[in-house]
Amino acid sequence: MTLITVPKRQIKFLRGNAACPGCPIPKELDILLEELGEKTVLVVPASCTTVIMGDTSGMPSTVPVVHSAFAAAPAIASGIVRQLRMRGDKDATVVVWAGDGGTADIGFASLSGAAERNEDILYVCYDNEAYMNTGIQRSSLTPHGAWTTTTPEGKREFKKPMPFIMAEHKIPYVATASIAYPFDYQAKVRKAKSIHGFRYIHLLSPCPPGWRFDSSLTVEIAKLAVETGIWPLFEIEYGEFRLTSVSKTLLDKSKRKPVEEYLKLQGRFSKLKPEDIKRIQDYVDEMWEEIAQMVKK
Amino acid sequence: MQVLKRKSLALVGNHAVAYAIKQAKPQVLAVYPITPQTTMLEKLSEYISNGELKAELIRVESEHSALAAIYGAALAGARVFTATASQGLLYMTEMIYWAGGQRVPMVAAVATRAIAEPWSIWDDHQDFVSKRDAIWIQMMAENVQEAYDLTIQAFRISEDERVILPVMMGFDGFILTHTMERIEVLEDWEVDSFLPPRNFNLIDFSDPIGIGPIATPDEYIKYRYEAKKAMDRAKGVIEEIMREYEKLSGRKQYGLVECYKCEDAKYVFVTMGAWSGDAKVAVDRLRNEGLEVGLLKIRVFRPFPKEKVREYLNSMKEVVVFDRAVSYGSGGVLANEVKAAMYGSNVNIHSVIAGLGGKDVRPLHFQQVMYDLINGKLEEERWLL
Repeated sequence: MTLITVPKRQIKFLRGNAACPGCPIPKELDILLEELGEKTVLVVPASCTTVIMGDTSGMPSTVPVVHSAFAAAPAIASGIVRQLRMRGDKDATVVVWAGDGGTADIGFASLSGAAERNEDILYVCYDNEAYMNTGIQRSSLTPHGAWTTTTPEGKREFKKPMPFIMAEHKIPYVATASIAYPFDYQAKVRKAKSIHGFRYIHLLSPCPPGWRFDSSLTVEIAKLAVETGIWPLFEIEYGEFRLTSVSKTLLDKSKRKPVEEYLKLQGRFSKLKPEDIKRIQDYVDEMWEEIAQMVKK
Repeated sequence: MQVLKRKSLALVGNHAVAYAIKQAKPQVLAVYPITPQTTMLEKLSEYISNGELKAELIRVESEHSALAAIYGAALAGARVFTATASQGLLYMTEMIYWAGGQRVPMVAAVATRAIAEPWSIWDDHQDFVSKRDAIWIQMMAENVQEAYDLTIQAFRISEDERVILPVMMGFDGFILTHTMERIEVLEDWEVDSFLPPRNFNLIDFSDPIGIGPIATPDEYIKYRYEAKKAMDRAKGVIEEIMREYEKLSGRKQYGLVECYKCEDAKYVFVTMGAWSGDAKVAVDRLRNEGLEVGLLKIRVFRPFPKEKVREYLNSMKEVVVFDRAVSYGSGGVLANEVKAAMYGSNVNIHSVIAGLGGKDVRPLHFQQVMYDLINGKLEEERWLL
C-alpha cells in the first residue's frame, strides 16, 4: 500500500477558539484563508463567528478582522475595498463572512445593494439554518419542518433560495459548497479569488447543538445533505450553471438517497410525520427538475 | 492681523458644504439622498463626475449602509464624509454609535429636519440632538459661512491625534441648506495646508488585528472612559484649531460658544443654530430700547462647553434658552444642558420650545419673550405655538 503524504501545512485559523464541539466554522475559515492568502480582510457581522473570534485579548484569525453590526457587513466591506483600491492595493481580497440571518434576513438589503453595485467583495454565507448564536431561533434559511425555539411545531415555510436570488443579481460568480467536500469548496474559493466583482459562496454548515445531532456527525450530515440532493453543489459563473463534485451524478433521481436518511439523524426533524417527509422529498425532486432545466441550457 | 482679500461666492448652504468637501478632499464618500440634504449629494456627484473631486462615491441603498461604508473606508485609511437628515439620521443611528464607539475619524453633515410622525420635511433640531450620547463631536452652524467653515474644521478636529472622534456638523434644513448667502472661501492651497493628508490605517496585512471584538465588562468600561477623556480633551483642541482657522480666514468669530453683547447684559438668550441670527436682531432692537440684553450661542454641543456657559451666565439675572428639540417628559434639550452646567448657581433658567417642524420664529418672537422675562411674566417653560 502506498501512503499518500500531505505536506505539513500551517494552520490559518488557530485552534483553541471558542467554537462549539463539532462546529465546522473554524475548518471552513481555515480552508478559506489558506486559499486566499494573508492579504485578506474578514468582515464579520453579529453571528457565531463574532464569539469564535474571541475578545479584546486576542483572536484566532491570522488576517485582519473587522467586526460589524448585524446588518452592515456588505456596506463596511464596500468601504474597505474602495479605499484599498484607492490606495493602490489591487489584489487584497475583502471577504464578508456572515451567517444565514445576517445574509438572508437583517443584512439582505445591504447584501443586495452591494451585489447590485458589483462591489469587489467575496461574500460567504455560512448557513447553519437558524439564529444559532442567540440559541436556535428560526431564520428565513431554516428548512421546512425544522424545530427551532421559535418554531416548536416545525417551520411551515420553505428555505429562501439564496444562491438563486444572488444569481438573479447577475453577479459574476455564485456557488454552493459543503464542508463534507473540502476540495470542491477550496476550488470554488480559488475560482472566486480569480474573479473581480461581487462573488457569493453559500456554505451549508451543520450545527450540532442547533440541529440536534452528535458532534461527531458533522461531516456525515453535511455529506448526506449533498447525497440526498437537499444541498446541491453547483456554481454559476457569469450566468453559466454547472453542477460540481458528486452533485453532477445526482440528476437521475434513483442516484439520490431518500431525504429521510438525512432527516432522521437530526433531532430538529424528529417530529416529522411520513407526509411531512414526503412533502420535503417532493420539494427536493421539484428543485432537481428545475436544476435539470438549468443544466440543459 | 493681515486680512486677506478673499474670494467670495454666492452659495446655498448645501453647495457651500459641498464646496468645503471638494477642498477637504475625502477619498471615499457614501451618501443616500434625503430632503433637505439632496442638492448637496447632487453637487458632490457633479464634482466627482467632472474630476474636480477625486473620490469614490458609494451610491448606497440606505443611510445605514452609508455610514457603514464610510466606516469601512475610514478603517482602511480614507478621509470620509457622509450627509443626511431626520429619518436618515435615525436610520443610520446604529452605525453612528458604532463609529463613535470605535472612535473612527469621519465627518457627517446633518441638514437638520423634524422627525416623523407626523411627516415633516421642515427644520427643527430633534434629529441632531438625538445623537448627543453617541460619542460624536457635534457642532452647529448659524449661517452658510459657518457651515462652510465648520465643515473644513470638522476634518481637522476629527483627525487630531488627541481627539480621534467622529464629528457631526449640523445646519438648519432649508433655512441654511437652501438659502443663498455670499460667503468667503479659502483658496485650495490654504485648505491643503490646514488639512494635511490623513495618516491612519487599521487594515495592515503585516500586522493583522481584530477591530471591534467582544469586550468583557472589565474592558468595556475602560474603552468608554477613554472616550470620555477624549471628549474632555477635545474642548481645548477645538478651540486651538478654531483659533488657527481664524488666523487663516481672517475672520474672528470662532470658539465653543459665541457671546453676542452679553458681557454687560443682565438678561440673555441661549440659542443654537440658524435662529441665533434672528436672536441677534432681537438683541440689537432691545439694546436700542436701552435693555441690557445679550445672546449666548452654543456652537459646539458635544463636548458641551459647560465651563464657558458657566463663565458667561453666572453674572446674569435671568436666562432663557430657546429649544428646537424636546426631551418629552423632561424639557427643552438645550435648556436641560444649560441647567446642568449651571448646577449650584442662583441664576434663573427659563425654557422656550419653539420652531418645531419648521414653525416660523422671527426676531419679534424673541423680543416678546424677553419683555416677559424682564417683567417676570415668563414661565419656567413656554411653548410658542
